[in-house]
Amino acid sequence: MSDGATSSNPSVGALNARFGDAVQRTEITSAGQDVVFVNPARNTEVLGWLKDEADHRYDLLVDVTAVDYGGGRPIEVVYQLWSIPHKRALRVKCELPLDALRIESVVSLWQTADWLEREVFDLFGVTFTGHPDLRRILMPDDYEEGHPLRKDFPLRGRFSRAEQTRRALTQDPAHYYKPEDFDVGGAPAVPDQVEPTTGSEPA
Amino acid sequence: MGLEGSPSSDQGGLIGFAAPTFLTTKIDFIVNWARRNSLWPMPFGTACCAIEMMAAAASNFDLARFGMERMAFSPRQADVLICAGRVPYKLAPVLRRIWDQMPQPKWCISMGACASTGGVFDTYCMVQGIDTIVPVDVYIPGCPPRPEGLIYGLMMIQEKIRGESLSRHGELRAEDPLLVGAPRANAEEVATLSGPFGNSTQQEEAGGILPSERPTMTRPERG
Amino acid sequence: MARRTVEYTVSRNPEAGMDFRPTQGLDAAVDLPEPDIGSEHMLINIGPQHPATHGVLRLVCELDGETVVKVAPDIGYLHTGFEKLGEYRTWNQIVTLTDRIDYLAPLIYNCAYVMAVEKLMGIEVTERCRVVRVILMELDRIFSHLLWLGTTAIDVGAFTPFLYAFQERERIYTLHESLTGARITTSATRIGGMMADLPEGWAEAVREFCNTFPNTLEEIHQLLTTNAIHLGRTQDVGVISAEDAVNCGFTGPNLRATGVEYDLRKDAPYYDYETYDFEVPVGQHGDCYDRYLVRMEEMSQSVRILHQALDRLPDGPIDVEDPRITLPTKTDCMNDMESMIHHFKLITDGIPAPAEDCYFAVEGSKGELGMYVVGDGGPKPVRWRIRPPSFVNLSVIAKLAEGHMLSDLIMINASLDIVLGEIDR
Repeated sequence: MSDGATSSNPSVGALNARFGDAVQRTEITSAGQDVVFVNPARNTEVLGWLKDEADHRYDLLVDVTAVDYGGGRPIEVVYQLWSIPHKRALRVKCELPLDALRIESVVSLWQTADWLEREVFDLFGVTFTGHPDLRRILMPDDYEEGHPLRKDFPLRGRFSRAEQTRRALTQDPAHYYKPEDFDVGGAPAVPDQVEPTTGSEPA
Repeated sequence: MGLEGSPSSDQGGLIGFAAPTFLTTKIDFIVNWARRNSLWPMPFGTACCAIEMMAAAASNFDLARFGMERMAFSPRQADVLICAGRVPYKLAPVLRRIWDQMPQPKWCISMGACASTGGVFDTYCMVQGIDTIVPVDVYIPGCPPRPEGLIYGLMMIQEKIRGESLSRHGELRAEDPLLVGAPRANAEEVATLSGPFGNSTQQEEAGGILPSERPTMTRPERG
Repeated sequence: MARRTVEYTVSRNPEAGMDFRPTQGLDAAVDLPEPDIGSEHMLINIGPQHPATHGVLRLVCELDGETVVKVAPDIGYLHTGFEKLGEYRTWNQIVTLTDRIDYLAPLIYNCAYVMAVEKLMGIEVTERCRVVRVILMELDRIFSHLLWLGTTAIDVGAFTPFLYAFQERERIYTLHESLTGARITTSATRIGGMMADLPEGWAEAVREFCNTFPNTLEEIHQLLTTNAIHLGRTQDVGVISAEDAVNCGFTGPNLRATGVEYDLRKDAPYYDYETYDFEVPVGQHGDCYDRYLVRMEEMSQSVRILHQALDRLPDGPIDVEDPRITLPTKTDCMNDMESMIHHFKLITDGIPAPAEDCYFAVEGSKGELGMYVVGDGGPKPVRWRIRPPSFVNLSVIAKLAEGHMLSDLIMINASLDIVLGEIDR
């Protein structure tokens, strides 16, 4: 890993110039991949600029994930970006200390982030503020053992197998989505006026 | 069997003109014969094994030869539950409910290592063998088992049915209605069945838990 | 190299005067909901164990009559904990897990994983290995698309393509088996090379497959491509615009069906894909029918790549010649003590990876298949993340299905080509 080396990706220099101290540092991995560490308080600002600026246009949010290095080190939230027009990749990381696992959601920028952020919340316990529907996605809603991909979470879970089996069988999948969530029972909206349809009248 | 006067006996059909128009047999035999050759499997396919189950039903292996023509996708009309693939705890109540919905007599096949024991997935979210949840009649080993393995498993079910008796139905097939939706095994049995074994007992250590002690390859300090 | 748009050989409305869209326009008055009937929405639950959800997917739908008002997919019913388990396994042991994630295209997963780890460790594999992996990945692209084809055809009521597709799949199963000993769970790759070199006659068997497979593909084309029922069920169903598709993270055939030319084999080439002569099919309308056409064309293009790869398959070693990575041969282990010790050390200690991270993506059968691996200097990963293409593709289903009929929801779900093992991991 070489800190401060010149990057072949123009976005790295542009980010440094544009945002100054919001970009904490940049790295190039030995495989030649650019990593930018961004102040977590300003993630949407930086990512939104990367997405919309014509010279960069990282229009595809490939992945949102997190890494827990264990030993009390901060959890990294990792955004993997790709620019379809410029064919460039960029990795943006935000470090969150374990006692403040909160970061702003990027769903307003990329719809992709919806499920990906839910997954990070589910498996790492990182809260994404402003997410429209932040709840567990892979584990059951009432899962009480914690966030499985954290390093302090044991491989086989916290409860005994018997307890896990008992809890599993007492849950009722029908309760995951309740009719109230769907506003079921309301009348359908009747259109004021039916548009005349064209093109499909039988000849 | 009153075939007298029916067209087939008059015209010397299958049984023949001079053949007796009745046969004597054991009720167990005739019931088991009928049950054995018209098993309707309920395919509870989740993962890799489900693909092999599809292969078994497709042209090359042709499961229909064994009277299993009709995959019953509704548990209410099924006899054999084929649990093919891994079953996480989140899916466990679904499996149990499908088993409870099946009418008696019913049998269960656990297809593949994951369904039978959890397989290589000794993790926080996986049921360590569906026999902690539902009673299993035949376990098919393999990861995944070949279609021949599934066919052999079904033939073992047929073999098992051959030995059953209606007079012992209560002993063989009865289930306590109060236990609907509950684990089949009690806590001790679950612990025994799902304890780590083999490779998984030796691999308790994860990467990255302890700070790395290798001087040349430590991560740079974060500032 | 030219990219080309999929050209329709059929008109979008093959029979003049007939429109295969839902018959909403025939009599406008029919569409008006009666005030006293149908005033309540209905909640329908599909899955998690349902033959049409292609796995243990659960879709909770709110219906107005037969029209889908809202869909809420509920996933996680096959969450296996791959990523957690990977942290407890050495780099080479994880290969065994990868083919159980996507059991429809196991070899692509095997290859993608070791390619990411090799990139992290800075290993350059041999020329022969590169070509062999290209062959394996293209073979499994066909393998996966065939299963998608068969099951999707069943969903719209056509059973024959399933049987045809499985006949061809059985031939690929046989190829898998002669190469690796397993039909689905191949675990064919190792870091720095392959589990074993190609068996004798294997390349010829692949060639034979490539020569005859297009005939079956043509038969399936005849069954479905101009089939009025199939057209009516797929055209203008589940439409998404190119802009929305990118914003929602679509990749792979689903994205290309909307007209966006994004294929990692062209845009970020690996393993000399830029030197192969093939085209990337691109759709125009972004509906289920375009997704179907794009995948059908991708199978033909994969056959082209396979022919070229077989032509250039070089001789030479398949594993890198580095004793820190590659195991000594079995014969050596049985004959001299040093090789035996070497073998033992390599297996028990594992291969250390540098304390860095690396993201590497290949064009999988379902979209961009990324592997994000983080090492800490030791033989086990700190984090092994799979960037799941069908997880992201499925998240769009609510948007695609709204306003369609319930039966179209099944078709839309099928056309996304999901595999639950990879969605839930």
